[in-house]
Amino acid sequence: MADVESLEASAVESKGGDLVKRHRLSTRIWHWINVVAIFIMLGSGMMIFNAHPRLYWGHYGGNFDPAWLELSRFPGWATIPSTYNLALARHWHLAFAWIFAGGISIYMLWSLFNGHFRKDVALSKAEVAPSHLWQDIKEHAQLRFPTGAAALKYNPIQKITYSLVLFVFLPGIILTGMTLSPGLNAAFPWLVDLFQGRQSARSLHFIFAACLVAFIIVHVILVILAGPINEIRSMITGNFRLPKEKAK
Amino acid sequence: MRIARRTFLSSAALGSGVLLSGCDRLGANEDFRKLLSLGEDANFVIHRSLQSRMALAREFSPEDLSPKFRENGTRRPPGAAYDAHEASNFADWKVSVEGLVDRPQSFSMETLRTMPARTQITRHDCVEGWSAIGKWTGVPLKRLLDAAGVKSQARYVVFHCADMMNGKAPYYESVDMIDAYHPQTILAWSLNDKPLTIGNGAPIRLRVERQLGYKHAKYIERIQVVDDLTKINGGKGGFWEDHSGYEWYAGI
Repeated sequence: MADVESLEASAVESKGGDLVKRHRLSTRIWHWINVVAIFIMLGSGMMIFNAHPRLYWGHYGGNFDPAWLELSRFPGWATIPSTYNLALARHWHLAFAWIFAGGISIYMLWSLFNGHFRKDVALSKAEVAPSHLWQDIKEHAQLRFPTGAAALKYNPIQKITYSLVLFVFLPGIILTGMTLSPGLNAAFPWLVDLFQGRQSARSLHFIFAACLVAFIIVHVILVILAGPINEIRSMITGNFRLPKEKAK
Repeated sequence: MRIARRTFLSSAALGSGVLLSGCDRLGANEDFRKLLSLGEDANFVIHRSLQSRMALAREFSPEDLSPKFRENGTRRPPGAAYDAHEASNFADWKVSVEGLVDRPQSFSMETLRTMPARTQITRHDCVEGWSAIGKWTGVPLKRLLDAAGVKSQARYVVFHCADMMNGKAPYYESVDMIDAYHPQTILAWSLNDKPLTIGNGAPIRLRVERQLGYKHAKYIERIQVVDDLTKINGGKGGFWEDHSGYEWYAGI
């Protein structure tokens, strides 16, 4: 818990230029597990998608039925494995699914327990005020990043994005993935109802994956713009050099 | 800062390239594949503990049927023998039940069609990702097993088929005793109120509704009750399991 105390203490006293504790150990471990797990899930997922690159809505859908989306196959340089091998891609996907889903489950429980969600992710009333949000959007659009102690806290847009990822995209991708299993369909029929059918769930699985890819792209771009060494160090050691306040 | 960005970008690109080719090399290693397949072994254990033995796959109503049910895998078994069966409308087709049973016997198609049948409208899920809903009628496998008297040491039921997949090897599949006795596990002789077409496995195929399509063996001639799968064909319990590395448990 020293982690948490130092985090809160540094938020009060620190100023630009200080080296401070920024990310909890649980967040850091989970982040790097996800880097590996999501990399493999996406690569093997694209290979699995290549076996039938059409998406449908409802309970059924196949070659004779209208698809709402039909793509050409993902190129070999992006898939795991790089050549067509559905069995092996499924081995990768279903093994790392356990690591991915196990990671998020432990992280979720731990973050409830240590107050991470409440203290760092939950939006305050002031933050959701339209004027505050608008200010935050303007600063993002101008690529003006917070400095000094303000850089320690997530800003409202970050909080909204992380909430979407944590509570919609990640659980969504896991639950829709589970819905693709005929075995689990028999055990949990409500899952099929929730997503209105196995083929809808397959479509949503793909849509959530696309949302995660979009998040990752923006996330990496922002890390690069905000100073990649400082940002990556803070996700490895937890230590973050606060950007200097701009001269007024 | 610019150097840091460039370093970051190039190392990220290099890193993912190395990781991707590393994945290929790992995937080529048999021990690593065994390690990966632990994930799917875990699925089998977890599914079996979450499902009740008798938990049913969803059954749909006639409005939900796929307009056209795709024929997949073998479209027609090779050989003059099958041609002759087709010519005689499968009147002489027999399904034998043998292995670890007290009373090995054969069932003619006429007998199978007159045994008490079950009709179910279910979703067929291919490992490739597509699904089709069809109405199946057939005799529960349990009735055949009970007639033959399964011995206590039986662990699996193996289905030997008349087709050669990709001209390579005879198609076969297997299920454990839980799926063998499941109420929706039937030997279907009818799809959508018509006799099974050749493309869909005429005259008789397996339905094992809580698993993927490749488990649903077509053109069944011989049912063998065993205590061990490793001595049969490639030893992994099915054609795709032997030849492509698909999981024996196809519930996911």
